[in-house]
Amino acid sequence: MGTGTETGMDLLRFATAGSVDDGKSTLIGRLLLDSKAIFEDQLESVERTSKDKGFDYTDLALLTDGLRSEREQGITIDVAYRYFATPRRKFIIADTPGHVQYTRNMVTGASTADLGLVLVDARQGMTEQSRRHAVILSMLRVPHLVLAVNKMDLVDFSEETFRRIEAEFTDFVRKLDVPDLTVIPISALQGDNVVTRSEKMPWYGGSSLLHHLEHVYIGSDREMRDVRFPVQYVIRPKSDEFHDYRGYAGQVAGGVMKPGDEVIVLPSGMTSTIEAIDAFDTQVDEAYPPMSVTVRLADDVDVSRGDMIARVNNQPEQTQDLDAMVCWMSPGALKPRAKLLVKHTTRTVKALVKEIDYRLDVNTLHRDQDAEEIGLNEMGRIRLRVQQPLMVDLYEQNRITGSFILIDQASGVTVGAGMIRD
Amino acid sequence: MTVDNYRLSQLDELEAESIHIFREVAAEFEKPVLMFSGGKDSIVMLRLAEKAFYPAKVPFPVLQVDTGYDFPEVLATRDRWVERLGLRLHVASVEQAIKDGIVVDDGKTPRNRLQIGTLLNAIEEEGYTAAFGGGRRDEEKARAKERVYSHRDEFGQWDPKNQRPELWSLYNGRIHEGEHMRVFPLSNWTELDVWDYIRREAIDIPSIYYAHQRRVFERNGMLFSESEYNPLRDGETVTERQVRFRTVGDLTLTGCLESDADDLDKIIEEVAASRITERGATRGDDKFSEAAMEDRKKEGYF
Repeated sequence: MGTGTETGMDLLRFATAGSVDDGKSTLIGRLLLDSKAIFEDQLESVERTSKDKGFDYTDLALLTDGLRSEREQGITIDVAYRYFATPRRKFIIADTPGHVQYTRNMVTGASTADLGLVLVDARQGMTEQSRRHAVILSMLRVPHLVLAVNKMDLVDFSEETFRRIEAEFTDFVRKLDVPDLTVIPISALQGDNVVTRSEKMPWYGGSSLLHHLEHVYIGSDREMRDVRFPVQYVIRPKSDEFHDYRGYAGQVAGGVMKPGDEVIVLPSGMTSTIEAIDAFDTQVDEAYPPMSVTVRLADDVDVSRGDMIARVNNQPEQTQDLDAMVCWMSPGALKPRAKLLVKHTTRTVKALVKEIDYRLDVNTLHRDQDAEEIGLNEMGRIRLRVQQPLMVDLYEQNRITGSFILIDQASGVTVGAGMIRD
Repeated sequence: MTVDNYRLSQLDELEAESIHIFREVAAEFEKPVLMFSGGKDSIVMLRLAEKAFYPAKVPFPVLQVDTGYDFPEVLATRDRWVERLGLRLHVASVEQAIKDGIVVDDGKTPRNRLQIGTLLNAIEEEGYTAAFGGGRRDEEKARAKERVYSHRDEFGQWDPKNQRPELWSLYNGRIHEGEHMRVFPLSNWTELDVWDYIRREAIDIPSIYYAHQRRVFERNGMLFSESEYNPLRDGETVTERQVRFRTVGDLTLTGCLESDADDLDKIIEEVAASRITERGATRGDDKFSEAAMEDRKKEGYF
């Protein structure tokens, strides 16, 4: 963090996963410390606590375990977001706990991530939990996956151990849909291969973890082909100066929009041309994800929140029937005929659960076709009927127009997350 | 604007995300309000709100909780912003809340804590359903775990163990009668991002953020401004030094730092090089216990 972050840096969001004992908090503490994102007062407080508890070394995990209830139990109970920057990039870490009961947090953290970081203990190799993490990251279409084989110091930096775990994991991941996998041997506690290449593992020819995070190419990960613009808010100033102004504000969910483009407004099907794209008091030549802009159309068509603007020759599917993989996040199980709300882009509609196709065992990938419900922290495939048409894409084609959340009508609580499949 | 083709710089990406949040709240909530302290974070929020709805006016009022101990420079900046954007300003006064018996001043509780009751009362009286706050997750460990949409029950309280999952950019704004949502559009910004943005956008902030001459005294290792609200204790002496404030709040609790950073370039250099968090450096209110912020947040603090 030598200078300001303004000059041309981009942003990488990554999600970390690992069990309590895999050293995940220590690794994050190490990244924050070595990139100078940890401040002296924070470090002092952690050093003091470590000493009070009689530890031999500073427990970097204390840097990230935020809530008092967590410190008391020595576990992480929720998704925590951490920030650090190097001269190349700013990083947002969604730090999720690895316990069995907190799958929902993993899904939450992975939903916005460009990269997923899975940790395993070199002494144990792959566990049920690391398999589950890889499955969830692939299901959430996190484009890059990194397996960090931690605690290499405790296996004498053995190449053989590393290669065995690497092979096992690579083999497992082949069954999943993971476009990019990198495996790195590290010691979070001692800092080997975290920021700089370790001399203790000369057999390892790859980059350090931080170097990889700084250089992994994420430019092409955003969907640039299909124009998708969910209308979020209609701007009508009703002032003398902007008497006739009518702009459709939103965040571009896909594609590159340009003035002069012929577009269609869905669900109405009215067509028009983009007259201008406003970004505050200036106009832009192009708008693409994740820009928040205001689109003006040449014709006086009726457009409101919840509508979607797309290209005439490239439209999302308009449907009232959704096939989706869901992660259920509520204590009461999801059952057929349940009535819920679906929030998809800027549209919220009533939904009825028509059918549960199967429950997925995220450890074995087994599909239980006889399942009659999906319980807390379980995933499965369901069919929904919604009250009004939604303009959707498959999740694998667009993570924004292909996703939705499920809301309980009575409590108002978010009870599930869905990804549209064919 | 772009780093490479079709890739935003991180500051542009943060801006786009925050604007999305402002518009989402304006679209889904009946009566939002922006909690405005006059500090840099709340001013950056106002700037983002201005951009989100331009050329229309910002479609919600701003709410300020006046401790009675606010820096005059901060109030002046507030008035300039309110005037320029043509906003309605709602001031909830701690002084008035004490007179009305809404909060109790026992002479020991800092004004900062009395703000909680004053704020909750203002939200309840006006029936605000969403309140934007300038909190950032990099500020503090308890905040690192708070959602962008942070649900408050009818007592205004935050339940950290029972937060709604927040996925993609799909925010759930459902609330019941009497409840409200705290919304933090700057959740993913760091202190340095805020300063970079202030510089890039040439944003008007209170003059006390810049190095200036001030009569100060030392207490608990921090420098405080001389003021009628800050009576000197035994052994404390006032000296004139060149200082600046890194945060602005109740002047009885907000300390300043010796600094010669009198412009934004120097401030950014100083912040980037600083080894102490802004709260750790200058906020007396966070020093009481390690879980001070967590406790105040649960009660309904900003």
